[in-house]
Amino acid sequence: MTACPPLLDVSGISKRFGGLVAVRDLSLAMARGDVLGLIGPNGAGKTTAFNLLSGFLAPDQGAVRFDGHSLVGLKPHAICGLGLARTFQIVRPFPHLSVLDNVRVGALARRPRMAEAREKARAVIERVGLGAKADLAASGLTLAERKRLELARALATEPTLLLLDEVMAGLNPTEIAAIVGLIQGINEDGVSILLIEHNMRAVMTLSHRIAVLNFGEKIVEGPPATVANHPRVIEAYLGEEYVHDPAR
Amino acid sequence: MRWLAAAALLVLLLLPAVLNSYAVTVFIFIFFYAFLGQAWNIVGGYAGQLSVGHAAFVGIGAYTSAVLSVQAGLTPWIGMLVGGLLSAVLGTVVGYLGFRFGLRGFYFVLLTVAFAEVCRIVALNTDAVGGALGYYITFTGDPWQFQFQDNRVYYYVALGLMLIATGIVAGIERRRFGAYLIAIREDESACEALGVNTFRYKMLAMIVSSFLTGVGGTFYAFYLFSLQPGSVFGIPLSVEIVIRPIVGGAGTVMGPILGSFILSPLAEASRIYFGQGDWSGAHLIAYGLLLIAVVLFLPQGAYPALRRLWLKLAPR
Amino acid sequence: MAVGLTLIFGVMRVVNFAHGDMMVWGMYLAWILSTRAGIDPYVGFIACAGALFVMGWVTQRLLVDRIVDAPHEMQILLMLGVALVLENAALVAFGPDPQRVRSPLRAATFWLGPVFVDVARLVTFALAMVLTLALYLFLTRTDLGRTMRAAADNAYGALVIGTDVRRVYAAAFGIGAACVGAAGALVSPILPFHPAGGLSLSVASFNIVIIGGMGSLPGAFLGGLLVSVAESLGAVFLSPSMKELVSFSLLIAILLFRPAGLFGKTAA
Repeated sequence: MTACPPLLDVSGISKRFGGLVAVRDLSLAMARGDVLGLIGPNGAGKTTAFNLLSGFLAPDQGAVRFDGHSLVGLKPHAICGLGLARTFQIVRPFPHLSVLDNVRVGALARRPRMAEAREKARAVIERVGLGAKADLAASGLTLAERKRLELARALATEPTLLLLDEVMAGLNPTEIAAIVGLIQGINEDGVSILLIEHNMRAVMTLSHRIAVLNFGEKIVEGPPATVANHPRVIEAYLGEEYVHDPAR
Repeated sequence: MRWLAAAALLVLLLLPAVLNSYAVTVFIFIFFYAFLGQAWNIVGGYAGQLSVGHAAFVGIGAYTSAVLSVQAGLTPWIGMLVGGLLSAVLGTVVGYLGFRFGLRGFYFVLLTVAFAEVCRIVALNTDAVGGALGYYITFTGDPWQFQFQDNRVYYYVALGLMLIATGIVAGIERRRFGAYLIAIREDESACEALGVNTFRYKMLAMIVSSFLTGVGGTFYAFYLFSLQPGSVFGIPLSVEIVIRPIVGGAGTVMGPILGSFILSPLAEASRIYFGQGDWSGAHLIAYGLLLIAVVLFLPQGAYPALRRLWLKLAPR
Repeated sequence: MAVGLTLIFGVMRVVNFAHGDMMVWGMYLAWILSTRAGIDPYVGFIACAGALFVMGWVTQRLLVDRIVDAPHEMQILLMLGVALVLENAALVAFGPDPQRVRSPLRAATFWLGPVFVDVARLVTFALAMVLTLALYLFLTRTDLGRTMRAAADNAYGALVIGTDVRRVYAAAFGIGAACVGAAGALVSPILPFHPAGGLSLSVASFNIVIIGGMGSLPGAFLGGLLVSVAESLGAVFLSPSMKELVSFSLLIAILLFRPAGLFGKTAA
């Protein structure tokens, strides 16, 4: 699996806002089919890294290659067209549109005909378990349902790499277990996944490898077990997290 | 619903046979403003980019075909398209600047108002098109010059314009273009993430909208036979264009038509009762109050509310 | 007057389209006071400010308050509606002809060394300075002023610590309108006015505020200076009728190149 050229190759990207360096010299590599977890304390630069990869921000330095294309300077919609889709940490459904219409906007990216896009959207909605809510306005959904909708919309663009930004935040353990299963299923269908997550158990279960960010820099990368026991990680992140949130 | 629309169309087609000339005039205004509202609806209603400068497109279209007709004898039936194209050029410029520089909401409104005002001032100071005196077309009654002895011909032309624009909007709504515009109105960033080239679709909406509005300018010129920079490029006309779709329901196919059927007769009535002397501002006061009321109590406009009522009363 | 707009926008993020029209009302009130009661506008401006404060407060409480959380577009439309009502109410009430308020100071002029000084302009300028300074002190030194700035930064945070945000908004809107009313009265002896003039006044103040940066008081003041210089230069080099063109072109240029102003916080 790792023999072919990497699907995503991030080398040395940096982004600063005024005096603050949000991301410093970050490099990541993902092969096709990988699930890479991106963790780190709040403010470590995870979401900024996502914005750099998906084109919402331009890196000050460094290169991003995806599936043989350079992504630097491309607009978000073009990046999505190449097969890299993202979700937003703060979900942003189209509030007045129905669930089906929301997902159809994503599906239209690959299927310009409305009827086909509708079919695709319906299939994706069933897949994420929102079938019964298809005709409801997005504004009427619960948080857990909106997170699924966010996932469904991104999935409907038929990506090869999916960037998931905290799709489990605010959900209860049952809901989390369900969404972990869902993500695993999506990965088994051949979609590579890069996920930001605070929920340790979920990240450990899902990820093949984990990269840890702190103050914008990658401090450790490796298999979940190695990362979890790494002293720098415990120091920077896990210790603090466990103290504040023993339930997780 | 379909039967209702067909029946309504039939009535509108037969109506001139029984109406007096004045009532025909009122209907002409209803259709014409519904047409302009529909054109605005594409960019203002569906894409949610509030333009309060659409009078600029009417003005460019009107002056273009009028000057071409008077100076060069070009038939307005072609001048109409030339005017539309020139308006679309201006629309492209305004849209490009607004969307490329990321002007949203209030800033976009200001940009459109500023462009319309610049057009007005330029027209006011250009003697070749009559400057402040205005530009006049001599009535000949020649259909080839878009001039008709019979008011009822204007009725059918205006009705035709309204139906064409409505057809275009309905077509847009059913296609990817329309779905994307609605999504852009809801959340632009989310659209980008889902692979929507928001800049391109907003531009397209602006171009189609300004083209149609420019075409409408020709009707304005050859129905009224006089063009004053203050009225054809002025903010009051922009307000007339904006208010109908908003009252009727912006971003719906029927909204501008419904809005025009509500407002045009009202405007006409207030013009008759208050039009003289000191009360000339009264109908704009009424517009202001109506705008405030719609924003506060009926933010989606009248059509969605009526539709809900209809669905409630006629369950299937 | 831009100071008033920047206060309203800065605190509430609501754009007041009716700004110029409120100023026109300030001018007409000064005119009424002067013609009916013989009160000089340089005294009457206080009454005008009071009246406009009420107008602003009521507009806020009755209308804007209901849609503070609604999409921006709705607020724009609402203020457009208010502007239409105000402008045309003035048209109906006062007629379309330009008016000018007579003040005894108007005739008084003197030479200060080589400079020809018009007393009316001098007094207007001085009082405007005093008002701006007073507003600045109010915002930085008083509790209500500080609360306004806090609410501007973070309405939710202010709500959490127990501020009555709605009351603060209403006060901000009222004070903003009062500034406009006072400004209108103060310039009424210098500047002829008519009901349709509201728009160009609004545009002038948008220019000023956007150049200076939305929500920044010193910015509004400096912006005011810059814009008047640019417009007078335009009037010198072009025909006077093109002066309006200059201010609209300026607006377009400003919108495109300095969306956050020279002194403002960057727009989110």
